Amino acid sequence: MEARSAEELLARAERAEAEKLRLITVHKDLELEFDLGNLLATDRNPPTGLRQRSGPGLEAQLRGLARDNVQLLINQLWQLPSERVEEAVVARLPEPSLRLPREKPLPKPRPLTRWQQFAQLKGIRPRKKTSLVWDEASKQWRRRWGYQRARDDTKEWLIEVPGGADPDEDQFAKRLQAKKERVARNELNRLRNIARAHKVQLPSQGGMHPTGYQSRAELGKAMQVAKVSTASVGRFQERLPKEKPPRGPGKKRQFQPNIGDFAAEKKSQLELIRVMNSKKPRMDVTRATNKQMREEDREEAAKKRKVAKGRGGKRKGRPLGPGGKGKGGPPGPGGKRKGRPPGLGGKKGQRQGGKRRK
Amino acid sequence: MAELDRVVKPKTKRAKRFLEKREPKLNENVKNAMLIKGGNANATITQVLRDVYALKKPYSVLYKKKNITRPFEDQTSLEFFSKKSDCSLFMFGCHNKKRPNNLIVGRMYDYHVLDMIELGIEKFVSLKDIKNSKCPEGTKPMLIFAGDAFDVSEDYRRLKSLLIDFFRGPTVPNIRLAGLEYVLHFTALDGKIYFRTYKLLLKKSGCRTPRIELEEMGPSLDLIMRRTYLASDDLYKLSMKLPKALKPKKKKNISHDTFGATYGRIHMQKQDLSKLQTRKMKGLKKRPAEKLTDNQENKPKKMKRRKIDSI
Repeated sequence: MEARSAEELLARAERAEAEKLRLITVHKDLELEFDLGNLLATDRNPPTGLRQRSGPGLEAQLRGLARDNVQLLINQLWQLPSERVEEAVVARLPEPSLRLPREKPLPKPRPLTRWQQFAQLKGIRPRKKTSLVWDEASKQWRRRWGYQRARDDTKEWLIEVPGGADPDEDQFAKRLQAKKERVARNELNRLRNIARAHKVQLPSQGGMHPTGYQSRAELGKAMQVAKVSTASVGRFQERLPKEKPPRGPGKKRQFQPNIGDFAAEKKSQLELIRVMNSKKPRMDVTRATNKQMREEDREEAAKKRKVAKGRGGKRKGRPLGPGGKGKGGPPGPGGKRKGRPPGLGGKKGQRQGGKRRK
Repeated sequence: MAELDRVVKPKTKRAKRFLEKREPKLNENVKNAMLIKGGNANATITQVLRDVYALKKPYSVLYKKKNITRPFEDQTSLEFFSKKSDCSLFMFGCHNKKRPNNLIVGRMYDYHVLDMIELGIEKFVSLKDIKNSKCPEGTKPMLIFAGDAFDVSEDYRRLKSLLIDFFRGPTVPNIRLAGLEYVLHFTALDGKIYFRTYKLLLKKSGCRTPRIELEEMGPSLDLIMRRTYLASDDLYKLSMKLPKALKPKKKKNISHDTFGATYGRIHMQKQDLSKLQTRKMKGLKKRPAEKLTDNQENKPKKMKRRKIDSI
């Protein structure tokens, strides 16, 4: 008897649970796939339930389907770990599992600058500096650099002439000059670092900066580059009496080594003999098309000239009529050359000209 | 800091921030969308673009003027706009006799067109035609895709990925459960795609999870797929590439077998079994007399044992 009552209790408890969950359970043939990081649910069931094809019936069915799907998604979301953040219940979402394409390419790693390489080598780490420095002159804390800085060099009204310097030298101007040089040097180094990062070869890096110890070849190269760096690209540069004209960057001939790959040599020679023996002439497609295009261009140009001449001769006093408009009309799509409009216009123009003459 | 890589450095902090926002990063910004009208856009198309703009605020730009371009023929104009406004998603609407109520949805990679799909609008009900209260702008929508057609063909799969990309909004780590306000439901049936927007009403149910009731809220479109311009496989692969830093870190010494059991590995140092801490049986303890005789015997033997151990 006790066992029966225990069974009854259990059965009753189960029924109560089922009742509770009745409102939120949805039955689907195939389970949905969830990507909670994106608040996304995919339903793979074929929508055969939607029998209506149009009208309010379809809307109602779509809405029913949507309700079921949303209920399942909400069930999943409510099972996530939640916490309370300032009187709102917040669920922690997992990472989105669906991968979507990026909008920009990955950032490229930049090579270290010269200073960073040196610092890494020596093990120098950046020291954190205070932002304010005590300024004795104004007896207050001032910033290290910038507006109203602590030890401002530019605001000094008196500079002592140092021991070994020329008494007539302008020390203030000297200071300004030194600063300009420092700024220029920093800018140059920054640009050099960028060039190194982008692997761009600067001319000065090719050995053409004056060190005083340049080899004959380097000097020769520097001289050549200097010669070509004129407005006329070196055409009117004078030469010394016995100086030979520069060789110029012609095409360098490549020679295969005498005793190299025997198999490759045999293959190339057999190929050569085969081509010489063949009855059909070999056609270079690019050259053929270029030739054809050039001929077409020439024909068009010739036709245009004839039409222009013809029209110019026949219509001397007439202002630009409809024929002129036809020629000046839409130039045609992009780069494709179609010889049709001028040709047609030309023919029409000639005929009209003939009529008018009569 | 790629703006320091430029030959001309930005002179103000504002310019520097502007450039920093637009440069490629590991974790990217939310994608912006640009909504453009074609040269012959009609009232339906204009209203569609306006509704999508309302859904996607503030991550979208609506261009007011008509732009006479044809995206499927020439993409340079779109790419120029994308570069200027830093938008990687776009929606272009036009209308002509051959393709009435045409909507081209697309996305960009590195300011070049990646995918473009042309959709025709058969039926459209706008936000303002349905008179009820709407949800605030900027809420993250829930997305549901129903129908097996979304997995069958490559075109549909890309369309699904494109629509998710378009409507997803920012990726957030937490979400307020009461703030889940609306849902976009896409159903693929018989070559048509039904796009419906519903507002969520949470009703009491017996337990903690609420019962859902839906109310039709916003734009509803019946779409058919027309032309597509999908990126080649290698470009698509390149755009999906994950940087190493973002790849999920593998935990060492943990393995899973096919039944789902997790195995761990523990590495121990070599143990001297003679010095193990075991249970001590008092009866087996050595008596002092026996210990002495043992020592005398064991001394020469000890050397031998050590050697064996070392092998």
